[in-house]
Amino acid sequence: MADTETFYDVMRKHGITRRSFLKFCSLTAAGLGLGPEFAGRIVHALETKPRTPVIWLHGLECTCCTESFIRSGNPLAGDVVLSMISLDYDDTLMAAAGHQAEELLEQTIEKYDGRYILACEGNPPLNEDGMYCIQAGKPYVEKLRHMADHCKAIIAWGSCASWGCVQAARPNPTRATPIHKVITDKPVVKVPGCPPIAEVMTGVITYMIAFDELPELDRQGRPKMFYSQRLHDKCYRRPHFDAGQFVERFDDEGARKGYCLYKVGCKGPTTYNACSTLEWNGGLSWPVKSGHGCLGCAEDNFWDKGSFYSAVTNFGVMGGAEATADRVGGVIAGAAAIGVAAHAAVSAVKHLSRDKSGEAP
Amino acid sequence: MSIPAPENLAVHHASQPVYVFEAPVRVWHWVHALSVVVLSITGYLIANPLPSIGGEASEHFLMGNLRLVHFIAGYVFTIGFVVRVYWGFVGNRYSREFLYLPVWRGDWWRGLFDEIGYYLFLRKRSKRSLGHNPLAQAAMWLFNFVLGIFMIVSGFALYSEGLGLGSWADALFGWAIPLFGGAQNLRMLHILGMWLFIAFAIIHIYMAVRADIMRRQSSVSAIISGWRTYRD
Repeated sequence: MADTETFYDVMRKHGITRRSFLKFCSLTAAGLGLGPEFAGRIVHALETKPRTPVIWLHGLECTCCTESFIRSGNPLAGDVVLSMISLDYDDTLMAAAGHQAEELLEQTIEKYDGRYILACEGNPPLNEDGMYCIQAGKPYVEKLRHMADHCKAIIAWGSCASWGCVQAARPNPTRATPIHKVITDKPVVKVPGCPPIAEVMTGVITYMIAFDELPELDRQGRPKMFYSQRLHDKCYRRPHFDAGQFVERFDDEGARKGYCLYKVGCKGPTTYNACSTLEWNGGLSWPVKSGHGCLGCAEDNFWDKGSFYSAVTNFGVMGGAEATADRVGGVIAGAAAIGVAAHAAVSAVKHLSRDKSGEAP
Repeated sequence: MSIPAPENLAVHHASQPVYVFEAPVRVWHWVHALSVVVLSITGYLIANPLPSIGGEASEHFLMGNLRLVHFIAGYVFTIGFVVRVYWGFVGNRYSREFLYLPVWRGDWWRGLFDEIGYYLFLRKRSKRSLGHNPLAQAAMWLFNFVLGIFMIVSGFALYSEGLGLGSWADALFGWAIPLFGGAQNLRMLHILGMWLFIAFAIIHIYMAVRADIMRRQSSVSAIISGWRTYRD
């Protein structure tokens, strides 16, 4: 029965009406930036294709990706996708626990070898043979490798799985390592963000199971449909940036007027994500709309990129030292100027004394 | 003017001027200098904007204009750079000094240490040189050729973020963003590059003026007229 079961069958079993199902399909097509005719294709795919199981693993992480996912702005979309996913394995959400739960993994491999999608939240720590994250008595990295061996493709949820995030920040004591550096023989779709936007998560996973292919990825492995632009490019405060109107302090007139937050450290100009278009919590708000700059949480290594509250940020200079580019550059240029002045003084003395002594130049 | 052969150096010693900087090199020098000045001022103000201005956003376009001027100057810088590299292949022997350092030549290294010694006041008399002396050549190669390439690559990579994924700038230079650890890191390195240009310019202008006063050959007038003249 499992082999002929379609997504639609599963949804109906979970009490989703056909009307809700169709609404979900058209919403998803719009969310993915596809034309209206694609809603029909999604309907057709979900009605006829045998469903692709999704296994959701958790490594070193805070579960904020799951928290985001289950709060998908349109509850309908979340419920639909969630009911498809939680059927198989997600140790946070499923009812089974212990040996019973771990058995499900082996059953999935048996039934769907090479056909299931592996969604990874968090990352494996590699130091001490992976001892910093133990699941079912074994290092998580072993479970990850085992499940990855038999999967079709991997989704790396969030900044942990995509880049490393906070547990991989310097000095990274557990050697927490992003998925694509551990699993190199399977396609990895990165969905970064801390957490990623719920609609981005449901959109990516629906695209993959409905069309049976990876979404188009950018150079760094992120789906282009959600990560091809900076927050800055679609920010509703952009006109204030272009005009030269900035919040200088969080309690000033500019802050009250909703000026650009670049000077108080907004990383929108260097962060690729869909926050400024999709927004959060069903389009309720997003960081800049609430008056705070973007932290750049969807970017590689964002914890180690200096202050969240300055525009020109620190970077490692030498050893463990940090300074901003302007500080380092100012010191270099200043040293050049002082050196030149000192050299000029000595040169002038030498030149004049030589003139007096009548030596040849 | 023909270039004196080694055995013919006596002729050269007889204070004859030498045509060193051909017209395209001289034009490039001044275009390059002007574009670096414009790029540095606008670039600094893009990273560290001026105090906010009031009124409606629709009445002002200060940052937009600064960026526009920065991008135009960036194109001028890049086109000048490409022309200069081309001239390095087709121009005279001195124009080639821009493209490489002859690190395999013992006399070049000796010349380099002679120059360093001269500037540390360890040697009284400077050596004559036709084009760039080895120290000047090393500085030019590092701070204009290598740094110039870095600034062009990083600059257009950051420019591609505005043009968008799949644009020509993204196709040609977008790889630099992940290579240097993300857009924020690349921005900071681009800013650091500006400071290196400024440090170079301070030392370069000082040495050129000083050479005119104290060395045995012309320097500032040479990059204007192209002819290097000798005092003795």
